[in-house]
Amino acid sequence: MSSGSDILQTDAPPSQPAEKLCAFKPDLLLSEDHHLCPGCGEPIAVRMMLEAIKELECSRRAVGVIGIGCYTALTGIIDTDLVQALHGRAPSVATGTKRMLPNGLVYTLQGDGDMVNEGLQEVIHSAARGENITCILLNNGVFGETGGHMTASTVVGQRTKNTIDGRDAKEHGQPILISEMLAQLSGTAYVARCGVFNASQTVHTKRILRKAFQTQLDGKGFSFVEILTMCPTGWFVPVPEGPDYLENVLGSVHKLGELKCE
Amino acid sequence: MTQIKSRGTVNIATERCKGCELCIPVCKPEVLRMSTNRNKLGMRYPELLPGCTGCTACLLMCPDFCFEVYRYQEPILHEVDV
Amino acid sequence: MTRVLMEGSEAMAKAAIAAGCRFFSGYPMTPFTETLEYFGKHLPDVGGVSINAESELEAIGMAWGALATGARAATGSTGQGLALMQESLSEITRAELPLVYFNMARGQGDYYQATRGGGHGDYRNIVLAPIDVNEAVELTQLAFYLADLWRNPVQIYGDYLLAHTNETVEISTMEFPPLPPKDWAVDGSLGGTGKSRNINPIGMSKLKHEIEPEAFWRRLHVKHKEIEQAEARYEEEFLEGAEMLVVAFGTVARFVRYVVREMRSEGIAVGYIRPITLWPFPYEAISNAAQNTQKVAVLEQNGGQMIDDVRLAVLGSAPVVALGGFSSDEAGFGIGPIHGTDNIRDRIEHGLAGQEVMP
Repeated sequence: MSSGSDILQTDAPPSQPAEKLCAFKPDLLLSEDHHLCPGCGEPIAVRMMLEAIKELECSRRAVGVIGIGCYTALTGIIDTDLVQALHGRAPSVATGTKRMLPNGLVYTLQGDGDMVNEGLQEVIHSAARGENITCILLNNGVFGETGGHMTASTVVGQRTKNTIDGRDAKEHGQPILISEMLAQLSGTAYVARCGVFNASQTVHTKRILRKAFQTQLDGKGFSFVEILTMCPTGWFVPVPEGPDYLENVLGSVHKLGELKCE
Repeated sequence: MTQIKSRGTVNIATERCKGCELCIPVCKPEVLRMSTNRNKLGMRYPELLPGCTGCTACLLMCPDFCFEVYRYQEPILHEVDV
Repeated sequence: MTRVLMEGSEAMAKAAIAAGCRFFSGYPMTPFTETLEYFGKHLPDVGGVSINAESELEAIGMAWGALATGARAATGSTGQGLALMQESLSEITRAELPLVYFNMARGQGDYYQATRGGGHGDYRNIVLAPIDVNEAVELTQLAFYLADLWRNPVQIYGDYLLAHTNETVEISTMEFPPLPPKDWAVDGSLGGTGKSRNINPIGMSKLKHEIEPEAFWRRLHVKHKEIEQAEARYEEEFLEGAEMLVVAFGTVARFVRYVVREMRSEGIAVGYIRPITLWPFPYEAISNAAQNTQKVAVLEQNGGQMIDDVRLAVLGSAPVVALGGFSSDEAGFGIGPIHGTDNIRDRIEHGLAGQEVMP
């Protein structure tokens, strides 16, 4: 209905009296610039994580332990204390950090290649130990950083560079549903899966992250948040179709919900 | 001519935009659309039409932190061609 | 302070706690297990944390996380377990965290692993090889000091004999020069200030997208050159007038030293030199000693590993003879005939006759 001449000026804050509802970046991000691909879900999830930390007034006690994946590129701009771990090892590193820093809010940030492939035993053992940390999984079902290879959470049928006709259960096996696996362990206090494929789910993701962090602050034990994120580059789908693909392809196997809340 | 009300608006850092278009379908009032021009990165970027509600959905879905969202104290009225 | 009879494993763990170690994580493996047991029993007494990790990979990860908070932390295993930790060892070195780790090895076959490592990239770890339990008590405390001083991992290389020999020891906290504050350690307190920390092994810093790897590696390289200059330690006896110099390290050197003393008292012109630090290797001391002797013999309990460093030190100024060798009990724990003075005397006599001993 509107024509080209209706385009509004949006290159500066409005000149009329207005309340700023939300700034470009969360307070705990040092800069908006990063090298992640167009349509990537990871910065969206990290925004929610940093906002949750800020809202819980934990900015000055949070220590992140970061895995290796695309999101590692964000360590230059995340403004909480950080420890860079090796691929898969973040839950163990976070264990040592938390034990020596019991009042810290210690979280890990890992991808599915990092957590569900390379470091599967680390997250399972830390969960079983009831380690009072929060592990955050950014699950896009693919090794994004290497250019789109199958991980242990790639869903059947999903195309990756080494399952070019789609993951075939007979040949490549079935994906690991890590949240379901961790929820079974008596050491876990909070387990939930969410996704950033639309605005309301993104807001819900922050709500879940707050609950997980609160679980740790209350000393209840291991908390776990799996966030499904878009990787159109690694999925070989058009960038704008990323959210739909996430919701309908990955989300139909890695089902959203709170699996455990104690 | 008709009047459209904008209760909110956005400040868009178009030069940072990587053109992913994730903001377009999440905009409930459908007042974002992609430009025909390209920025320095060679990407098309979102442009705002009258009718923004200041819901922040675009900001929530933007991986590149390109949106700042405002709510007007008094809604702004735009005269547009139908 | 009174002297008490203690097993090496326990004495080293007790010395570590006296040095301020407050975190230990390990996975049991013979002959290292008793060190783990002692930490588990006694660290909680001083408010410390000891974790019986589910694997070596996780043990060293936990120590990494504890070190990042500025705590004195340690891990350990035997060479087999340390093989699993190599990836983390090289990265912890690049993250410049002051890890102390024990290798209660099954013999001396881990010399390459200890001094060269199996990890990726350029890195160096200080390696201290005690000759006996008393020296192990001192070197353990020194290890924590050196680790903090250089912000670099330090290994205590022992073996079954060191771990399981009882000696009377006195363990009290040793004094070292003051160290700079650990202002690099994470405690979360700088979050949101724009000055938050990022402890990482890749040279990443906040607000920097490029890591400039060459500059980062070069800085570490310079540090490692400084360690080489400053920290080489060794022990020598009877270098004066020695026709042959015997180089040995660790517990085997204890028997070598005994035999050399015995032979010298009989007028046989042998000398003895023992690297206390396997890295940095005392190249200069051995190079100097080699100028005044006819040949240099290397007696190590393996197929010939330290002999490479001895050759690099001697640089052709004297022949270098290998005196071997493999020696173990049937279980493979590394206690064998080489831990006998007759066996060692026989090897040294072969060396004097210009004969190599097959390992």
